[in-house]
Amino acid sequence: MAEIRLEGVSKVFDKTVAVDDVQLHVADGEFMVLLGPSGCGKTTLLRLLAGLEYPNGGRVRIGDTDVTDLPPRKRDLAMVFQSYAVFPHLTVFDNIAFGLRMRKVDRAKVHERVERAATLVELGDLLGRYPAQLSGGQRQRVAVARAIVMEPAVLLMDEPLSNLDALLRLTFRAQLKQLVAELKTTTIYVTHDQVEALSLGNRIAVMNKGRIIQCDTPGTVYGEPASRFVGAFIGNPPMNFLTGRVHRNGGPPSVTVADHVLQVAAELDGEPDGEVLVGIRAENIRAEVEPFPDALQARTRVVEPLGSHLLITADVGEQPIKITAPADFPAHPNRELWLRFDPAKVRMFRPS
Amino acid sequence: MSAVEQAQAEPGPEAALARPADRPDRSPAARRRRRVRALTYAVAVLLSLFVLVPIYFITVTAFTPREVSYDFPKPFIPGTVSAETVRFFADSTGVTAALWRSVVVAALTLVLSTLLGAPAGYALARFAFRGKSTYRLLILSTRAFPIVILSIPLAVTFITWGIYDTTYSVALMHTGLALPFTILITSSIFVSVPRDLEEAARTLGCTPLGAFVKVVLPLALPGLAAAAIFTFVLSWNEVFAAVILTLRQRTLPALVLAALNTSPLPFRFAAAWFMLAPSLVVIFVIRRYLLGLWGRVAR
Repeated sequence: MAEIRLEGVSKVFDKTVAVDDVQLHVADGEFMVLLGPSGCGKTTLLRLLAGLEYPNGGRVRIGDTDVTDLPPRKRDLAMVFQSYAVFPHLTVFDNIAFGLRMRKVDRAKVHERVERAATLVELGDLLGRYPAQLSGGQRQRVAVARAIVMEPAVLLMDEPLSNLDALLRLTFRAQLKQLVAELKTTTIYVTHDQVEALSLGNRIAVMNKGRIIQCDTPGTVYGEPASRFVGAFIGNPPMNFLTGRVHRNGGPPSVTVADHVLQVAAELDGEPDGEVLVGIRAENIRAEVEPFPDALQARTRVVEPLGSHLLITADVGEQPIKITAPADFPAHPNRELWLRFDPAKVRMFRPS
Repeated sequence: MSAVEQAQAEPGPEAALARPADRPDRSPAARRRRRVRALTYAVAVLLSLFVLVPIYFITVTAFTPREVSYDFPKPFIPGTVSAETVRFFADSTGVTAALWRSVVVAALTLVLSTLLGAPAGYALARFAFRGKSTYRLLILSTRAFPIVILSIPLAVTFITWGIYDTTYSVALMHTGLALPFTILITSSIFVSVPRDLEEAARTLGCTPLGAFVKVVLPLALPGLAAAAIFTFVLSWNEVFAAVILTLRQRTLPALVLAALNTSPLPFRFAAAWFMLAPSLVVIFVIRRYLLGLWGRVAR
């Protein structure tokens, strides 16, 4: 168990800045997810932590130790690779025992710990097999068992679920969450899948272009994204962004979208007059088919029934907006729609 | 062959005969496919015969009594089998010594080229360094010069260094000739071992060298063995450099080449067989190792 501190860490490959002056503090026992699109530097950041890359600047601390210049084997961590990286020439048992044997743990102890780890990931009866005789999901479990058997201070996972099929991924996600919660190991988990990030993390660090844009609890990152990028990257459908204007007209400031004055709870005092981006999630919009006082008028374009609810795409003036509505909502293309935004859920962004 | 094709082929020749001749039962595409396949097989058989027939006759003649080896045309199936011819060759002056030298030279070449070539191959496979592609090209350049051109200055150099006409000088020359192959082959073997495995080993407590020994080497070993054996054959069969660089310390091919014009026919056949047999055995071994390598790395 240990906390992790990244202090101004940077990594440059040739001329590309992969990780750009990253500050991150992960508390002891915390499950931190690094989330971002491919090429945002999240895997590089993980590799910097693991010691598989060395930073061009900044310090990496695990617990009380500055590990910046230490090789991976001296960092007391274990890593699960995206490709699983299970050793094909060793049996499941020998794969899981590999790290313990490197540490010269005595035979009986190795046996006991391997058995325990294998049982935790439900591999108990496959210990004698070779990786070639295992399915993708089982190989994945070997990789996880090989990491947790080390009882490391820090557990690093690089998209461990991305090579599994959708159904298996869902099952394994819940199992992984339970497992890590029981182990209470400080964990850093890299993914590009926002659902995975929301479901697993105590906190999510959203990355783009080598920087951490926002680092907060899943609820906050989802509900109060720090930027348009975060709002658009997290959530399905992504957050709606409508161009509006801030007016004062001598009185208190107000926001208009498509000539309609919006009710918002957000603080507008600091906002200068002019263009602003209004962010609202699809489920925070209430749609009505009849005219409703103070509602924003829109025109339905597409209606997609998704089983549990409807996904409606509509136009507010020229701007598209996505709304979720109950499955029995009487929506039809090319009909008028009246939208009411939950004032507390409306976010304001500066247009970039 | 697809299941559909197989089902169509099922009725056999009787069914085909039963159909009216003016109504072709198969599409032109299927006919063309069959024609192409037949042609492929014919070519393959011809090529195999081209290689196998001489090998067959060499072996047969090497193992028939000396009188019979002069017979022409040769009977396809030998009447009498005897080791007399082969023994005659083996007992000739210098043959045993030359055979031993050949083994020593080939073994030395194998060891030297693996020790020098495998690390270079690993570097090419794993590291990004300045001038990598130039280096890759330069490796091949030693093979761009014909040995004929290289040998004379080499012989002169070896004489001035005082290592002319020794087994080691031939081994050195063969190592030089084999290195380009060893480096390129081992590099592709190391590329086929995923880098992730090495990194996983390093996070599990290995030093870089430890990760190489415990993970990369076991996975690369079949391929490395194949490359080494290939080097052995290369040295075993190399004659030109061996002839130029030695006078009395001849390797087997050099000895045979020198003696060829002045020897009786049975001697030549026996010599040919001696040169041939180890290479054949080795090629069979390589083949098995290569299949083993593919079977294991394929995941």
